[in-house]
Amino acid sequence: MKYAVVDSWIVAKRDLIHWVREPVRVFANLAYPIISVLIFGLVFGSAMNVFGGGDYIEFLLPGMFGQTIAFGVGSTLMMVSMDADRGVTDRFRASPMSQTGVVAGRSIADLVNSSLELLVLALCGLVIGWSFRDGLLNALLAFALFLWLRFALVWVGIYLGLLVKPEAAQASWMFLFPLTMFANTFVSPELMPGWLRVVAEWNPLSSTVAAARELFGNPGVGGDSWAAQNSLLLAVLWPAVFVAIFWPLSVLKYRNLSR
Amino acid sequence: MLAEGLRKRFDKNWALDGFDLAVPTGTVCGLLGPNGAGKTTAVRILATLLRLDGGRAEVAGHDVVREAPAVRRQVALNGQQSTVDDVLTGKENLVMWGRLYHLSKRQAETRADELLEQFGLTDAADKRAKQYSGGMRRRLDLASSFVMRPSVLFLDEPTTGLDPRNRGEVWREVKRVVAEGTTVLLTTQYLDEADQLADQIVVMDTGRVAAQGTPDQLKSKLGGDRIEVVVRNADELPVVADVLGPDAEVDPDTFRVSAAVADRVAALTRVTSALAAKGVEAEDIALRRPTLDDVFLAITGHKAVSEVRA
Repeated sequence: MKYAVVDSWIVAKRDLIHWVREPVRVFANLAYPIISVLIFGLVFGSAMNVFGGGDYIEFLLPGMFGQTIAFGVGSTLMMVSMDADRGVTDRFRASPMSQTGVVAGRSIADLVNSSLELLVLALCGLVIGWSFRDGLLNALLAFALFLWLRFALVWVGIYLGLLVKPEAAQASWMFLFPLTMFANTFVSPELMPGWLRVVAEWNPLSSTVAAARELFGNPGVGGDSWAAQNSLLLAVLWPAVFVAIFWPLSVLKYRNLSR
Repeated sequence: MLAEGLRKRFDKNWALDGFDLAVPTGTVCGLLGPNGAGKTTAVRILATLLRLDGGRAEVAGHDVVREAPAVRRQVALNGQQSTVDDVLTGKENLVMWGRLYHLSKRQAETRADELLEQFGLTDAADKRAKQYSGGMRRRLDLASSFVMRPSVLFLDEPTTGLDPRNRGEVWREVKRVVAEGTTVLLTTQYLDEADQLADQIVVMDTGRVAAQGTPDQLKSKLGGDRIEVVVRNADELPVVADVLGPDAEVDPDTFRVSAAVADRVAALTRVTSALAAKGVEAEDIALRRPTLDDVFLAITGHKAVSEVRA
């Protein structure tokens, strides 16, 4: 048990050193959301409507947080599939290290990394006019919900990463991008055509984003659907469902590497 | 290291179909065979990475299935690809593995320094592995396998893709760790590599052992040394065949006659003087020891893959 902790820290440290030594990657990861905030907030912003009224930049920021978190699954997937492809996973498995450590280390590194991204994005948002209006505690709760979703996505990423080759992992962005757009991230689902609206409302990402808007006191909260009405509950439940499905699947997949 | 009747199935194909192996402690066993012969599968089973479908195996005195954790404390695996982390320095790579093998921080650092010294990497210790040459990376990878002084080392095609000088460096390191008492199971497609390093060679084909023995034993299975005489014109071929004895083989296309010989130098002297006495002026006379390539061809009926590629 003690080794599970030590081992996860060592695996996490390896990843964190990567972030520090290869800042280009960190910048590349941060550049997209920051540029998006500027484009959507300042360029399209004036032409955007928030359903129910309100400032678009305030509406946008929780959506950007959500998209950043969802993109995180792509980087988990990439790292896991590269380790598997390069034989690093095999070396881990043939060593006496704790097998929990491998995945726990992955989660720690990814959560630290995503927290950093959220922080930078939030600072950037504060500069261009975003704010949280319901107190620091609620704001922190909102960020906790994002990280809860990120944690759940780590398991999705591990499972898919063990399933596909790095080349295929690269292509995951093609799916991730629309998945983060068919949601309440950039536009209120109320303004979308009927079928897409249902998809967007029930998109797990929408629940977290909607719950965060509520906690931040940002506009665009509400809607007629049950999903929109119960966003806070779903923001807790959806990730739990992901964990419940993908945790055992990942463990099984990891064990079956020896098949 | 011991394996008895190992069987492993992927879908409907038997990758291993009754594979046996016995490697005495402190020796090098070369596992030779074409792609798909089951070399890597065998290594992965012995390194506890793959479950087996039949048979049993013991590594360092422990059953690979029932006592996998005990096996893992004694073995190191060096796969076909480098597991060196490019972003970390050489030393950080070694310290990381030391820590994952549950050494304390100080122990891991001391051990990393020792290994860097042994593998001639001290000067590059604080450089990122990205800046290492191919041979240096390979040595660093090997060094990381030695963090725990494993009693058994699995080397899966250790020099694939290295230039001759770097291959030589890797061979030297392997010989050094063997001298320290490590048992090595080496898979390779390069016959000269097995010839250089292995005490015992196991030739695999379609999931089984096709032949085994020391490199010399395998070569002598082909009838040992041969003498070859090349002449200038075809008329002289029967005369030479007569001199070489009843089992001489004549190849009229290349003007070549060859035969197995027992005593190399005596045979050479006898043939040279007999030819001189009969007035035959040979273009070339040579003693040829069969190469492992010949052995491989004779045993499996096809050439080693490396040959086909080249």
